[in-house]
Amino acid sequence: MDSPAAALEMRGISKSFGPVKAIQDVSLCVRQGAIHALVGENGAGKSTLMKILAGVYQPDAGVIVRHGKSCVWKHPAESLAAGVAVIYQELSLAPDLTVAENIWLGIEPRGILPGTYSRQRMLEATRSLARQHGFNLDPNEKVEHLPPSTRQIVEVLKALARRAEILVMDEPTSSCGEAEVSALLEMVKRLRSAGATILYISHRLEEVLAIAEDLTVLRDGRVVYSGPLTGLGIPDVVKYMVGRDLADYFPKRAVRRGSVALRVSGLSSRAVHDVSFELHWGEIVGVAGLVGAGRTTLARLLCGLEPAMQGSVTIGGKNVNMRTPADALSCGIMYVTEDRKRSGLCLDLPAAWNMTLPCLPELGMKYFLRLGKENSLAQETAKALSLKWAGPTTPAWALSGGNQQKLLLGRALIAHSRLLILDEPTRGIDIAAKKDIYELIGRMAAEGKAALIMSSDLPELFGISDRILVMRRGRLVADLVTADTTQEAVMRLAAVDEVRT
Amino acid sequence: MNKLVRELLPFGSLLLVIAVLSLWQPESFLTADNFLNVLRRSSVYGIMAVGMTFVIISGGIDLSVGSLLALCGMCAAGVMVGLGGPTPSPEVRALGTAAGLLTGAVGGFVSGALVAKLNIQPFIATLGTMSLYRGIALVMHDGQPINVPTYRYLGEGACFGVPVSVLLFLAVIAAAAAVLKFTRFGRYTYAIGSNVEAAHHAGVRIDRNLIAIYTLGGLLTGLGAVIAMSRTVSAQPTAGVGAELDVIAAVVIGGASLSGGRGTVTGTIVGALLISFLRNGCTLLGISTNAQLIVIGVVIVMAVAIDQFTRRTAGDAL
Repeated sequence: MDSPAAALEMRGISKSFGPVKAIQDVSLCVRQGAIHALVGENGAGKSTLMKILAGVYQPDAGVIVRHGKSCVWKHPAESLAAGVAVIYQELSLAPDLTVAENIWLGIEPRGILPGTYSRQRMLEATRSLARQHGFNLDPNEKVEHLPPSTRQIVEVLKALARRAEILVMDEPTSSCGEAEVSALLEMVKRLRSAGATILYISHRLEEVLAIAEDLTVLRDGRVVYSGPLTGLGIPDVVKYMVGRDLADYFPKRAVRRGSVALRVSGLSSRAVHDVSFELHWGEIVGVAGLVGAGRTTLARLLCGLEPAMQGSVTIGGKNVNMRTPADALSCGIMYVTEDRKRSGLCLDLPAAWNMTLPCLPELGMKYFLRLGKENSLAQETAKALSLKWAGPTTPAWALSGGNQQKLLLGRALIAHSRLLILDEPTRGIDIAAKKDIYELIGRMAAEGKAALIMSSDLPELFGISDRILVMRRGRLVADLVTADTTQEAVMRLAAVDEVRT
Repeated sequence: MNKLVRELLPFGSLLLVIAVLSLWQPESFLTADNFLNVLRRSSVYGIMAVGMTFVIISGGIDLSVGSLLALCGMCAAGVMVGLGGPTPSPEVRALGTAAGLLTGAVGGFVSGALVAKLNIQPFIATLGTMSLYRGIALVMHDGQPINVPTYRYLGEGACFGVPVSVLLFLAVIAAAAAVLKFTRFGRYTYAIGSNVEAAHHAGVRIDRNLIAIYTLGGLLTGLGAVIAMSRTVSAQPTAGVGAELDVIAAVVIGGASLSGGRGTVTGTIVGALLISFLRNGCTLLGISTNAQLIVIGVVIVMAVAIDQFTRRTAGDAL
């Protein structure tokens, strides 16, 4: 297996989206027949790299070398034709079709009459393909009845049926439960023994160490390590992943911790279990954790978007029961979603309308709007946030990501919210806007308001928060004072399942 | 620039149609009588289209308005004749009118509740109520019309020379435009249509507002129904077959988007008048009602196609 032959090589790949440099000068070499792991924090550029491999994006610079030829894929069909198959996190199977129908979708074995396909040959081909790679599954089963790990297998077989030689797997275990993870890892190993080359994207480090031979670590769009995994332990990898200098754009402020603002005890739902913590007035608390650790669910529970099954929430000492977002708003909670386009903004509506939408009753506009007042208020808030727009009537879609985020944060200023719950407040926005947003959060905390910030960006959490809560698989596993801990420690708590290592 | 073109386009087309007809048929078209006539004829569907504007801006659609038009008329006439015999007193006629309006509101409420509470897609929910209401209207009186010969005021009455139905139409337009622009309810209507999830996150009570929107649509259909009934002094269980399509066409020609979040009352009125003037012009030019359908169809498709085109180029610019 130690053959040095490269199945695929990327040389100096760069890709920018507008001013944002997603990946820069990325070079890596995937050896034939090896499992090559690609790790990095959220936003490090993993998915961009993957989409370039898939032919969805074209690099601004650099080449991909395959079979000794350099090539640029302009369409997913071209990368598939070159033998590279990308298996996305959100699987692309048709749930109503059977395993065999999904695998051969679009390339069904021909039947006797033109325009027909032979069901029998399709079933046989499915069985032999599965046997060849050491899997045992019923080709007639409908995909919707399969557990997530088996769906991954179907997805892999689908790629193999299209003669893929290199499989790019994106977070294959993210939708799996504990038991399924080991089944999936087993499958990946089996694929390698059957001769496939695998680029395995994950940020669950224990998985990576368990199966991969080679490793590439991305940080802020650049390769910080690429080479054999031998001799590397989890602490080394963690250091590569987060070893970023804290930029000095985080506001310095004196912490004036007040009384308890929010007390959460024993909060449980389907995705979070028995979460308890306290948040004081004037405090900024960060919530760290991997994707799927339950951070977003926690935020949704605290702002009435999802019902809690157990546990209680008190705000300022008073028990509250939030069943709708309107309840949460009237408790003084302002939630800013992680997905501003899908659930935050009404994109076709004027920016000012988006700012005032949750605040109309508080502004004395329970029945009638006062457009003049609304306009001047929006303009004032825009000024306070250094929001760049052509005016209050600009539709929200015409603003940049950072300015869109400011519209949502502006709501907290307008509503005089006391408690901010921000889910990934700086995802996908530029540095200047980030700085403005950090300043705003700091200013609000200085006024005695409290903020709970869910973020995958550890330097950000360390820069702005007083305390950090760490979540893993739906549980709160640590409550740390920021000044007394390190990014490595938090990353280890978030990424490493002690039970399984 | 494109935005301006897009907003003025329906209005411009309306002016163009009026100008062409004025030049072509000055003596029969360009008279106060003819214009009042067109307004009177557009009042029923126009009032219904105002209600539909709210529904479409919220991202929904109400296919049941044609059936509801018949049902409201039947209920109004049924109450009048049932309580007051063939020549009901003014009080009984007023009561019957109220019954017609109430029927409309209830009909809209039911559609709204199906959409908001049972989460049925508006198209499917109102496809169901469309059949339901038509069925009730037909069964009520064995498919026979109910005549109320003395119920003339709304259809034929006039105030200072202006038909009552036209005055009601204008009042509805003004009130609806104000509600849409200056009330929280109007604002929420846009927000729900633009992004229902974002509206929910922002504390908008989606189900309540949706039910209110469909109820308002139903109420305005009820108003249209009593005017229509008064004009023919009888309630027809087969009235308004296909009316929902004309009503939706008016809203869409007026620049509303079926995917929600976009539309205005003035746009809808311009759309409704455009259809009416085209019909009127075709009639004056001796084009048969069958051939008129072709003209209307072409206009609808052109209006929406141009709208899509200007939207796309506007999007590309950014």
